[in-house]
Amino acid sequence: MKTQLLILADGRFPSGGHAHSGGLEAAVVRERVRDLDDLRAFLVGRLHTAGLVGAAFTAAACARPETMDDLEDELDARTPSPALRLAARRQGRSLCRAASVVWPGPHVTRAAAHRGGLHQPVALGVVAEAAGCTPGESAAISAYHAVSGPASAAVRLLGLDPYQVHGLIAALGDDIDRVARQATEAARGPAADLPAASSPLLDVSAEDHASWEVRLFAS
Amino acid sequence: MHPDEHGHEHGPDETPHTHPHPDVDPHPPLADTGSARRAVRIGIGGPVGSGKTALVAALCRAMSEDLRLAVVTNDIYTTEDADFLLRNGVLPAERIRAVETGCCPHTAIRDDISANLDAIEELEDSLGPLDVILVESGGDNLTATFSKGLIDKQIFVVDVAGGDKVPRKGGPGVTAADLLVINKTDLAPHVGADLAVMDRDATARRGALPTVFLSLVEDPSAKPVQEWIRGLM
Repeated sequence: MKTQLLILADGRFPSGGHAHSGGLEAAVVRERVRDLDDLRAFLVGRLHTAGLVGAAFTAAACARPETMDDLEDELDARTPSPALRLAARRQGRSLCRAASVVWPGPHVTRAAAHRGGLHQPVALGVVAEAAGCTPGESAAISAYHAVSGPASAAVRLLGLDPYQVHGLIAALGDDIDRVARQATEAARGPAADLPAASSPLLDVSAEDHASWEVRLFAS
Repeated sequence: MHPDEHGHEHGPDETPHTHPHPDVDPHPPLADTGSARRAVRIGIGGPVGSGKTALVAALCRAMSEDLRLAVVTNDIYTTEDADFLLRNGVLPAERIRAVETGCCPHTAIRDDISANLDAIEELEDSLGPLDVILVESGGDNLTATFSKGLIDKQIFVVDVAGGDKVPRKGGPGVTAADLLVINKTDLAPHVGADLAVMDRDATARRGALPTVFLSLVEDPSAKPVQEWIRGLM
């Protein structure tokens, strides 16, 4: 089971994540993130907002994959930016496409057939359940990805030292673990009561980013 | 034939069972894409500046009359590029889709093909059945190749101005592509490239796999490449 978790957490798992920067490209181009300190602030902010919400929905979908449609509606209501909805659905679709081959099963099949795609956190929960992960483990993967995705984009966009960036991720480890635990706890309640932390600047800059003529990342 | 008449003897105490009717295909029907068969997907890779985009444009111009074409590009693609292709009668914008590769063009065509598969699905959804889909890689180095999960056949484009030693260097693009295109042969005398050397080295590296020489200046319809693609259909 541990191995299944590692496969799903691995950044090399082919689920389309490498082309998404989690808002970092917009922040870099608008010069809000320029160095390692800025990156740290960006990652902490993202972890406690989008990261917490995503991890809670992942844990809930892992605990109750049959409720994926309700969770999808609830997460949609928490995602005001159309560009972020599209990006989340594209990533959800890519994840389900990969999972249909790697961990096929009835819930994964239904998630993959979802029109337009499920939001990535919901899809991740459904897939994690099929892979044999617990809700707590699925939340840990989700919270970790909320940080590791933009961090890896920062290495590519800013040419930051990859050792220092991974040192930063490791230093955030306890914080990531706490968010994952908080998300797992919240996921025991009804879908309507799941966290709704928001990061308006991520929403606004996602819309800005989607309007650019040239982008290196999809979001 | 009755389902019970299925060509072998049953013992008296055998568990009752049935066999599928021999005239009925036991496989579920393939997903209905509105077409008898799937579009041929062709990857076009090669180093920056070797002429991939020009080749794609030439192929579209030469084949869009009689074939239903679409293009997915992994290159940085601006509205200027789209306007250029449209103005030159290559393809209307709705038949071209650009994917963002997160600064990793080789990852998008080989290790994680999700974004490209999405783009192909979206083109097929919006345009209906297609005959050929050209997937152009972002300019990369000699080690970049396409995943078989993404494309059916791949073309690798190198150019004489990149140096006549390129085929000798090998790399998976040169050694394993289904078609190697040595492009811009009209420049050979100007850059001191020996086409005979390139031909000899390509054959040594590729064995029986085909290699063609091309100059879009002299042959704007990219005849040898076009013929090779038509031969796949």
